[in-house]
Amino acid sequence: MQPQQGKALASEGGLLAYRPLPGVPDEMADAQGRIRPLWQGLARWLDSLTPTERVLHFARADQYLNDSGVFYRMYGAEGSVERRWPLSPVPVLVDEDEWLALVPALAQRADLLERVMADLYGPGDLVASGRLPPDLVAGNPEWLRPLVGVRPRTGHFLHFIAFELGRGPDGKWWVLSDRTQAPSGAGYALENRVATSRALSEFYATENVHRLAGFFRDFRDALLAHRTDREGRAAILTPGPLNETYFEHSYIARYLAFNLVQGDDMSVQDGRLLLRTVSGPKPVEVLWRRLDSAYADPLELDQGSRIGTPGLIAALRAGQVSLINALGSGVLEMRALMAFLPQLAPELVGAPLLIPNVATWWCGAPAARATVLANPGRMILGGALSTALPFDPHAGRVPADTLSREALARKLDREGAQLVAQESVTLSTTPALIDGTILPRPMTLRVFLARTQQGWQVLPGGFARIGATPDPAAIAMQRGGKAADVWIVARHKVETLSMVPARPEAYRRPLPSALPSRAADNLFWLGRYVERAEGIIRLLRARNTRMAEAGLAAAPLFDCLAPLFAAQGVKPDEGIPKGLLATLDAAITSAAQVRDRFSPDAWSALADLQKTARRMATRVTPGDDAARALSALLRKLAGISGLVHENMYRFVGWRFLSIGRLHERALSMAGWLSVLADPEAPVGALELAVEVGDSVLTHRRRFSVSTARATVIDVLALDPMNPRALRHQIDGLRSQIDLLPEARDHGVLSPIARDILRMQTDLAVADPETLDTAALEDFRDRIAALSDRLTATYLI
Amino acid sequence: MRYQLHLAIHYAFERPPGSGRQLLRVQPAQIARVQRADQIALSMQPPPQDQDRFTDFWGFQVTSFTLPPGLSELRFDLTARVERQEPGPRFDLSVHPAELPAELAAAPGLGPAAPHHFLAASPHIPAVPAISAFAASACAGAPTVAAAVEALGQALHAAMTFDPRATEVDTPIATAFAARRGVCQDLSQIMIAGLRSQGIPAAYVSGYLRTLPPPGKPRLVGADAMHAWVRAWTGVEGGWLDYDPTNACFVGGDHITVGAARDYSEAAPVIGMLRMQGLQSGSHAVDIVAL
Repeated sequence: MQPQQGKALASEGGLLAYRPLPGVPDEMADAQGRIRPLWQGLARWLDSLTPTERVLHFARADQYLNDSGVFYRMYGAEGSVERRWPLSPVPVLVDEDEWLALVPALAQRADLLERVMADLYGPGDLVASGRLPPDLVAGNPEWLRPLVGVRPRTGHFLHFIAFELGRGPDGKWWVLSDRTQAPSGAGYALENRVATSRALSEFYATENVHRLAGFFRDFRDALLAHRTDREGRAAILTPGPLNETYFEHSYIARYLAFNLVQGDDMSVQDGRLLLRTVSGPKPVEVLWRRLDSAYADPLELDQGSRIGTPGLIAALRAGQVSLINALGSGVLEMRALMAFLPQLAPELVGAPLLIPNVATWWCGAPAARATVLANPGRMILGGALSTALPFDPHAGRVPADTLSREALARKLDREGAQLVAQESVTLSTTPALIDGTILPRPMTLRVFLARTQQGWQVLPGGFARIGATPDPAAIAMQRGGKAADVWIVARHKVETLSMVPARPEAYRRPLPSALPSRAADNLFWLGRYVERAEGIIRLLRARNTRMAEAGLAAAPLFDCLAPLFAAQGVKPDEGIPKGLLATLDAAITSAAQVRDRFSPDAWSALADLQKTARRMATRVTPGDDAARALSALLRKLAGISGLVHENMYRFVGWRFLSIGRLHERALSMAGWLSVLADPEAPVGALELAVEVGDSVLTHRRRFSVSTARATVIDVLALDPMNPRALRHQIDGLRSQIDLLPEARDHGVLSPIARDILRMQTDLAVADPETLDTAALEDFRDRIAALSDRLTATYLI
Repeated sequence: MRYQLHLAIHYAFERPPGSGRQLLRVQPAQIARVQRADQIALSMQPPPQDQDRFTDFWGFQVTSFTLPPGLSELRFDLTARVERQEPGPRFDLSVHPAELPAELAAAPGLGPAAPHHFLAASPHIPAVPAISAFAASACAGAPTVAAAVEALGQALHAAMTFDPRATEVDTPIATAFAARRGVCQDLSQIMIAGLRSQGIPAAYVSGYLRTLPPPGKPRLVGADAMHAWVRAWTGVEGGWLDYDPTNACFVGGDHITVGAARDYSEAAPVIGMLRMQGLQSGSHAVDIVAL
């Protein structure tokens, strides 16, 4: 961020130096370069800041995004990486009156698409009567035949859609693309709002900007109203953490308090869709899918899908689940449909389109081919069935005039039915923060519509994409494009809403719903990996300290430790061993799967720990250097535990995390003691055990003598008051397991509750003599078996 | 002809499969004036959980069920009485191949029997340039669509060797065609790719084939077996025409139809965790007895 700040300071001018691009309409400035009235407040406020203040304000947005871990996933030749969210903190302002005029036009288009879909998955009149060419439907991979004739239980196919808009040279808005499959961006719009309002907080507070929460609250209520049973739940279906917008899926799930589920978390029985939870299978009645339709059911759709739910369509046919949107809605995204919507609108919705879409010609029709041939200079050719956004780098669009006239004629003749021509789009520009300077950049606006109990509602705001360069083709984030917030500015004060219900007296604290087994599994393993990492770090630090102090004299002790390191796949002679990094990676992977339940601060801290450890691994040398580095990692780890345990809601999820942690600590301690407290262990092993068990002070206070096997076993295994002792972990496991669902059935203990009770009893009656190496090994095996039993009972 | 059909599929599991959903598409279809089936009974041993039945887009009678966990063996038995009309003499009512686009335009609609479904590539039948070239040369000069269908069927039958060991259920058609080897499923899907490349709508038909070797004639390949062949659209007047490239013949009274779809992926007898190990491998037996 340093170089950017430098530039901003150098540019000095703020918005005074802002000049629109010649001949391109701009949102903020008119053709003469004068700031439009709507923008004057923002421009004045920005100019009232000194360059330093401006930089500091903008940095707050970045800080917020950083702290909340907002990212998107970018795919490249090297696989995929998480990228920081590229926000330009200058919002796009839209006048409320202009917006209000747009709302019915957008709702009309949504209704039109609903009618088209109802026909394509119903009577099929549009094709049978020749109003839509059969090729566009029959040859379209998004038209899913198994859904033909399946009537949506809600009565509607579309519930949540988006339109990509651009402002043309005449100042009017145009639809560039229809997003009906499973549009992303609404969650990012929320994050953009929070970040932008942080950056411009003083100004935002005085402006009458329409709030976003009401839209989400109404949509949530609409989704919940589709349930027929209070037991039924609403969930968000995600393809998983590797999806490019997974962050948003987990964010919205957290925001709406819905379960975030993946395809194999669910099964279908007797026509009902059931979610595996730690309390047994629970019905799901409403599924907001962020998964493309074709992957949703490997039995009746794409058989290669590993992220679907076999039988989902059977549940739809049985009318037991509502899908948001109905499966197969992707067919409406095909570019060629835009060539037909203008003709279809008067008949299907009783009026011409209120907002035009990009002029589009389907080249399967002779008249369209003639038009394209006559005007190649203003046409862009692309795939008729393509659903890619116009500015998607992979959309495969080419200007028609890059071909010779003969080649164009031949192409149209041969492949006409597979081609559409679209008028090349010009976009307006909007002020964007580019490398510290505010410059005019091309912009498209994604708007969101949700079907609520009052009909279509349009999110009063949206998601603006801004090009990295003046070239409108560079708007995709994959090409360096940015995102910005959209403010609908009213003349009068706007109503402020949040997700809290409007009437406090109507508020009832909802019962936390049953925890999905996948989430429980990942929380359990997150607890285990974090604890395992701590154990490895403590052992490594002890070894490196001794290496620095005693050198070769410590060799027998090192031999004694070798099997403990080997068991964790750690090579202790590396400064920061790869085995430790792998454990941290595993912790991150588990945490990534439960981001909807995990505190953003804890996530950032964990990611920071991973990054630090990786950096250290490249330069830290064994011995004293490593010992100090490991101490630093240990302090970071303690911070994470603190964040998690201070902030996490104490319910079933937290319980699984705690069980994971206690379990791993018990396992490590039993393992360490079986080696380090063995009568054959070399000199110094007992002291090392007390050190890695973080119980030096406890031991000293309780036994003012030097370490002996009996005192060490007492402190590290038998003492219920020592939070590091084996006994303490077993006690903790017992009380947590007793509180798990179905731990007792009519007073009868579940097998796992019985196991842990036996272990607790055995440990309570043990003494340092009877708790010999064999007994410790036996305990370790019993603890390990507990994990398998837990998995089989709750997590599969 | 009236037949008693019996299909038995048997699975033995070394390790029990988990519980899982399956779809079966094995019931003979009802086709007006061509085929009628009654006394249809499908049983499973051990009995499955939550069995259900539906008709899919193409008109297949589909049985869905969930396997109980912990199975070591599983057996399906389908029995049915089938009445199959012996086709009469065949008159070629099909149009010249060049007239097909106009015929298609005259028949819009997306019902299950509409030809438009069967022109574009489908999940198991992509466009394969080598097959297109083969089809172009085989169909060249054919005066009618039906003649083109027969010409391509005969050319493929001559060029390909029937070899159950050469391919698996999911071997790509390009691979089977390059090796010039395969079973009825491969031959049919290759022929469909060829017909589609020539603008002729073509569907994949799954069914059963009965064979009684006529005196002095060799026994037909795939005797009493699950079978697959091709259905091509020859124009508004000519309609659909079934051709069996494995045996190089138009389909007759010994072919019992289960259903027709775009390709194997939509017509497979078993979908789910239990995959068939090739249509003609030993895990199933078909008996078709004339009544």
